[in-house]
Parts: sequence; structure tokens; C-alpha cells
Amino acid sequence: MINFAFALIAFLLLASAATAMALRNIIHSALLLVVSWFSLAMFYLWAGAEFAAFAQVLIYAGAISMVVLFAVLLTQRTLGDFTLAPESRRRALAAVLAGAAVAAAMAYAVLNSSLAVASTPAPTVTVREIGEQLMGPQAAALLVVGAILTVALVGAVVIAAQEKK
Amino acid sequence: MNILQACLLLSTLLFGIGLAGALARGNAILVLLGIELMLNAANLNFIAFWRFGPTPTPATGVIFVIFSIAVAAAEAAVGLALVISIYRHQKNIRLEEADRLKG
Repeated sequence: MINFAFALIAFLLLASAATAMALRNIIHSALLLVVSWFSLAMFYLWAGAEFAAFAQVLIYAGAISMVVLFAVLLTQRTLGDFTLAPESRRRALAAVLAGAAVAAAMAYAVLNSSLAVASTPAPTVTVREIGEQLMGPQAAALLVVGAILTVALVGAVVIAAQEKK
Repeated sequence: MNILQACLLLSTLLFGIGLAGALARGNAILVLLGIELMLNAANLNFIAFWRFGPTPTPATGVIFVIFSIAVAAAEAAVGLALVISIYRHQKNIRLEEADRLKG
């Protein structure tokens, strides 16, 4: 049963991601990537990492998808036309070959290394424990991430803002 | 093949799809989305090792993924701001034409 759920999530994740990367219509690509981010959240739930799953839904499926859709709509020349010009066939072939080569090399490494699976039950982690970790041992990292987010978002506003002449 | 290897293979395939997309497409937004897919594959690995790894620790994998998602969000915001800035300069976002810094 667990393996059936894993296969279903894997199929949904890979099929939506591959279709999104192959489509001509950029709005369809962005919406299909929302599906693939949702299925990644389903994987996190399947693996028992509930907090990571909810963070994935909130940040990727919620926030980043909205920002991507806004960027798509703000960068359209002709209204209502979201189809892209086709890429050159040679470039697409080379890209698919490069991706397949990297994936094959990594898959070979994964299949030929002896990865032991823990026999212990799944580590259970509550939100309270995560909060205590973030406020205790990981407090410095949390502060750094806060600084990174502040600087990045202020920088994004500065880059994208229209300067008045 | 055990369950940990299955998870790692899933993340490998996701990484390959993201890499192929980032290399194949000329649209800057789609390249950025391919990079996001590769980041997601790395997050999947963190969770897989945390859940099925030899010595599971209570919260390390989840906290690592939370930090990684935060950095990915910052990266997406800056990347899309750059896309909008490029669009303002050259009126399209094809990466082949964004070569003004080329030597």
C-alpha cells in the first residue's frame, strides 16, 4: 500500500514536471509546476515530514507560483498570447541528452552504493520540537536566513522598480 | 533496490528534468522554473535521508529543508525581479538576446 502511494506520487511529480518543461504555453507550464510542487508536498507527507509539506504548500504552491504568474503576465508583449516560439531542435536535443546523461550517472551511483535503510521506526518530529530547535541550537542560522530574506526582497524591489526620469 | 534508493532515483529523475528544461528553453522564466525543480530535487533528498537514512535524527532533515525553501524563495524573488528588469530594457525575455554584457 505504501509502495503504491509512492509510485502514484512519483508518477504525478515526474509527469507534471516533464510536461511543464515541454509545453509551448507558458501559463500552462506554470500551472503544471504548481501540480508538481503539490505532489512534492504529498511526498513529504508520505515520508512523515508534515511541517516541511505545509511549508512547501505555503511557499511554493502559494507564494512562488503567484510571483511566477505575475512575472509571466507582466512580461507579455501581446495581450492574451502566451505561446512561445519553438526552440531550435538541435538545442532541445542537446539539452535532453545532457539531462539524461547527468541523471544516468547519478542513478548509476545510487544503484551501486550500499545504502542501508534504518530498521528503526520513522523519526517523529512535532512542531514544538522544530520550534525549540530553531530557537535554540539553530538560532544563528534562523537569524542569517532572516537577513538573507530581507536583503533579497529589498534588492528585488530595487531591481524591479521603475526609476522616474 | 530498497526504499531509500527509490527515493533517490525519484529525485535524480526530477533533477534531470529540471536540468534539461533549464538548458532547453530560451524563456528566462522557464529557465528559472527549471532551476527551482533542481532545488526541489535536493530537498527531496534531504527528506529521504532523514526518513530512511541509517541513523535518523529527530528534526535535522526537516529544519534543513525549511532553510533551503527559505533561500529558494529569496532566489525566486530576485530572479523574477531580474526578469522584469530585462523585459523593461529589451522588451522580451529571451535569454539569447540578453547578451549586452558579452565580451
